[in-house]
Amino acid sequence: MNDIGFSILSALIVLPAVGAAAVAVVSRRRPEVARQVALLSTVLTAALAFWLVADFESGEAGFQYTEAVEWIPSLGIAWRLGVDGISLFLVVLTGLLFPIAILGATPHHDHKPYYAWLLLLQAGCMGVFLATDLFLFFVMFEIVLVPMYFLIGGWGYGERVYAATKFFLFTMLGSAFMLVAIIALAVLNQRAVGGDLTFELMALATNQGIGQETARLLFSGFAVAFAVKVPLFPLHTWLPDAHTQAPTAGSVILAGVMLKLGTYGFLRYCVFLFPEAADWAGPVLVTLAVIGITYGAVVAAVQKDLKRLVAYSSVAHLGFIVLGTFALTTQSMQGAVLQAVNHGISTPALFLLVGFLYERRHTREIAALKGLQKAAPVMAAVFTLVMLSSIGVPGLNGFAGEFLILIGSFLTYRWWTVVAVVGVILASVYLLWAFQRVFHGEPDGDNASIKDLTVREGLVLAPLLGLIVFLGVYPKPVLERIEPSVDTLIAHVEAGSDYTQPPVAIGGGAGGGGAAIDGAETIEPGTVTVLDDEDEGEGG
Amino acid sequence: MLDLIWLIPALPLAGFLVLVVAGRRLGEPLAGWLATAMVAASFVVTVGVFLALLGEPEEERAATVELFTWLPAGSLEVSFGFLADPLSITMALFVTGIGALIHLYSIGYMHGDANFSKFFVYLNLFVFSMLCLVLGDNLLMTFLGWEGVGTCSYLLISFWFGNEANASAGKKAFVTNRIGDFGFMLAMFVAFGALGTLQYVTEDGGGVLQRAGELAPVTATAIAGLLFVGAIGKSAQFPLYVWLPDAMAGPTPVSALIHAATMVTSGIYLLTRVNPIIGESFDWLPTTIAWVGAGTALFAATIAVAQHDIKKVLAYSTVSQLGYMFLAVGVGAYVPAVFHMVTHAFFKALLFLGSGSVIHGMHEEQDMRRMGGLRALMPITAVTFIVGWLAIAGIPPFAGFWSKDEILLYAFAENPALWAIGLVTALLTAYYMSRQVFLVFFGRPRFAIAEGGAAADDHGASPTAAIAAGAETETAGAGSTTGHAPAHRPIHVHESPWLMTLPLVVLAGLALVGGAMQLPFSSDVHFLGDWLHPVIGLAENEAEIHVATGTKVALAIVAVVAGLAGIAVAARVYLQRRARAVEPALLEQAWRYDAAISAFVAGPGRSGFEGAAAFDGRIVDGAVNGTATVVRVVADRLRLAQSGYVRSYALGVAVGAVVLVGLFLSRASL
Repeated sequence: MNDIGFSILSALIVLPAVGAAAVAVVSRRRPEVARQVALLSTVLTAALAFWLVADFESGEAGFQYTEAVEWIPSLGIAWRLGVDGISLFLVVLTGLLFPIAILGATPHHDHKPYYAWLLLLQAGCMGVFLATDLFLFFVMFEIVLVPMYFLIGGWGYGERVYAATKFFLFTMLGSAFMLVAIIALAVLNQRAVGGDLTFELMALATNQGIGQETARLLFSGFAVAFAVKVPLFPLHTWLPDAHTQAPTAGSVILAGVMLKLGTYGFLRYCVFLFPEAADWAGPVLVTLAVIGITYGAVVAAVQKDLKRLVAYSSVAHLGFIVLGTFALTTQSMQGAVLQAVNHGISTPALFLLVGFLYERRHTREIAALKGLQKAAPVMAAVFTLVMLSSIGVPGLNGFAGEFLILIGSFLTYRWWTVVAVVGVILASVYLLWAFQRVFHGEPDGDNASIKDLTVREGLVLAPLLGLIVFLGVYPKPVLERIEPSVDTLIAHVEAGSDYTQPPVAIGGGAGGGGAAIDGAETIEPGTVTVLDDEDEGEGG
Repeated sequence: MLDLIWLIPALPLAGFLVLVVAGRRLGEPLAGWLATAMVAASFVVTVGVFLALLGEPEEERAATVELFTWLPAGSLEVSFGFLADPLSITMALFVTGIGALIHLYSIGYMHGDANFSKFFVYLNLFVFSMLCLVLGDNLLMTFLGWEGVGTCSYLLISFWFGNEANASAGKKAFVTNRIGDFGFMLAMFVAFGALGTLQYVTEDGGGVLQRAGELAPVTATAIAGLLFVGAIGKSAQFPLYVWLPDAMAGPTPVSALIHAATMVTSGIYLLTRVNPIIGESFDWLPTTIAWVGAGTALFAATIAVAQHDIKKVLAYSTVSQLGYMFLAVGVGAYVPAVFHMVTHAFFKALLFLGSGSVIHGMHEEQDMRRMGGLRALMPITAVTFIVGWLAIAGIPPFAGFWSKDEILLYAFAENPALWAIGLVTALLTAYYMSRQVFLVFFGRPRFAIAEGGAAADDHGASPTAAIAAGAETETAGAGSTTGHAPAHRPIHVHESPWLMTLPLVVLAGLALVGGAMQLPFSSDVHFLGDWLHPVIGLAENEAEIHVATGTKVALAIVAVVAGLAGIAVAARVYLQRRARAVEPALLEQAWRYDAAISAFVAGPGRSGFEGAAAFDGRIVDGAVNGTATVVRVVADRLRLAQSGYVRSYALGVAVGAVVLVGLFLSRASL
């Protein structure tokens, strides 16, 4: 379909890996060369990613730029890659955030391994988003753990070893379940349909002859792995520790890209491979997501460490994405994909700002900071913009995704959505309160003489700020590319389960007058203040 | 001309963008002039659109300009578009008109402020947002403006962020408004679920307003009721009004523009806009709206009678007047609601700007107990303020009389109890506004006038004695003499510069003659009603009232008498000092409602949040670390397995996985 003469998707994975190798051979005494090589590699990768989005066929639903190279033919494992509307912007995000992370923060020691791990991490993340082979996906999913483990453990703060180990064990534990599920799925599929063993995603998704009970069990294996990664309440406690102790670049990548491995996994593997189970497990996952939305916000509000506060805000934001994913409507799923990108823009920007603050004041303690707006007005203004994006003020990116998620989820999970909207209120509480304590008031001591944002720091943030505004005002180009893939996914779920999308979501209920009355009447019972039980029926 | 609607919001947006980039370089006063020019240009365009609409036949007075698709997802198609119809253009006219005047005023008021240009950045952004709110052609565009004005309000209230109180007030405004937004968002979800669109009107008749008749009553009630929740937050009605009095922490032009004339009326605009949906709702909904409005009007008026801060009186007065407008909406009197919104914008903006002029002239003094006799020192401010006072007090022929009278008339037709509440509120309004005027502009100065001051100072150099001589200290207690020690320096009172007095004069003119837009004498002079008819008449929701002309006249006379009575009582207490002032502490503290909420938030609310965090640390994470500890203890026993290397853990996990696969496969094959 896209005949471009070379394997662009492979290049997106190989290029950072080659960069990592190149950094490894640079002399230990020339740290600046390591940095330049890393920067060159990530900038080239970013350029490729941008080229990809420009060349991407926006009306297409299926995988584009597909590649398949034999790897372990006897087991049906191959180097299969592809990109569609669901993964496209996560690939772009991965391309964009790594150069920003490198420019935004410099390690204080051991430059060479730092950059090598970072580049390896990028290769792994690209691999996760591009793989269309379950085994390849799993390998990539595990590979990313190692660089992040070393980045947190080697270049982090305070209790970095504790945090890194916790991060690693938590995720490994989840992955173990997924590994079991992947192997079992491939083997069972082969037994059911005959032929050769294969790990190809499309083959497994479209042609599986496994029973309902088994499918639900396998679904759960995947779901646990992704729930840890997202993270979903109550599996989230590794996240605040990892974020707080990670170096700034680590936090940027962790929040911007790595949490999305979980939400992406839910969409691509849980829902796509096991449509019936996704519909079956929806109420549980949506409930956990909604708990995460409110609970994350409440806990964030009383954090004393600024970075920890941002980390808990991620728990809340990621809850929205999971809600949108399992609400299974066109709007909510498009919103979920868009919000994954939006969160990957706003939260890294917040982490960068907190990192800049830390470099100036050597503390992230909210109580130790005060009145910074006086001496650093530009930093305060930038922080305000990012904060408003995170709160979800319309016109900025955070709102676009959040709104689509909520309006779509309302069609299938009405009361859950009502609770989720409370989370929207709470988001303003914790962020504005933190902002007030840090930036407002009369500065005292070192706070009075803090240096404002430098030009370099401003330039690092500039692309993120630009996207915050652009995606808030004109998300259409992104949504256009997401929609066909999401629609296909929902159609796939409808074909594989009893679930059918409410007609209003796809336009069936809003056409003529008669149909609209039907639409009005289907919604009617739920709008009565007396609670009825039909919602469960619709949702589950 | 109608194709140029988009220019109305685009001009202030352009001003905002230019000032963001070059505001500091332009500096004072250029940045202010640029901002003012943009809003004034926007006003000119609005007038052009208004005239163009007038030129159309009545049923064709609506035009939509769609710039691009904002949020397309499945059947949801939200456009970034603007709708010009009689209602939106009425709003846009006074938003840009009064906005331009207040911009002009601000050039004088913000003179010398270190962040002069930043102030105009926010102000232009506010006008842009407000215009999106009123001109938006769908619910989400209105919500965009709705949140935008809320954000600007936050930024402007905490403009002088060095003071913690200002910062807290800004945050409080934002969060309280968000509680209302909860309703607004859910209303959009219900509307989309029921009708599949958020557009107000479309050419093919598919908009939510045009298809309101298809809604089941319960759905319509849900949508309208949830929007009402949003309106309660934005328009500061009970129980969410608490942010508005605190919002007075912002610079006074902000109070005039945002917290009196424009933003706080958004709720009334919204409910008027969706009047076809309210029309399809259960009857209890409009009744609730009317009672919430009437209750808030009375409640806030009782608080206003005991406030000492010149701006706080006006703030509670605004809450009270907004209550009138909700009362009007609730009884189906949409035209009087809009009428009162417009006249209120004139006289309340005037009163706020006047109070700003006083504060400016008194060197940041806001306590009315340390004012007095300013009539001679600030003649232009005094005269214009008096016009505003007579307008709000409901004295004919000032603008407020006509609009308030119409609301009371409709209230009477609906339920005489509502009318009675409105009448008592009118009496209280006349009373507390007279109290303010007498305390500020009449009597003797209760402050020390610096050498060169124009007025005589009876009390010599002892301002403490001067305050003690004031009648209000009798009720306020000894606290007033000991609690306000810092301001005892002599003050050189001066009239404000022309930049500030010119807007006062223009607004005073409007407050004087504004009533002419809707006169009750015959249907030929119902200009506003005729103009708004296409919007209000969309579903024939405007209440029809059948009240005999004799009754109408009698009601008007009763209202005027109530207003005069209020003035007379205030004159007796505060001018002639013949009666003791009634200013109970309970009212001064606003029935302690706000204090109770603050105590709850700081006490149980805060503890609840802390409890959740403790739960997260001790229970959720405790379980994780507990498991880890158990594993470590066991592993210590089985030292062979404990290597401390992650790779050995990985090996363990891999081995375990293989075992699990084996188990699973053997089970699945059964």
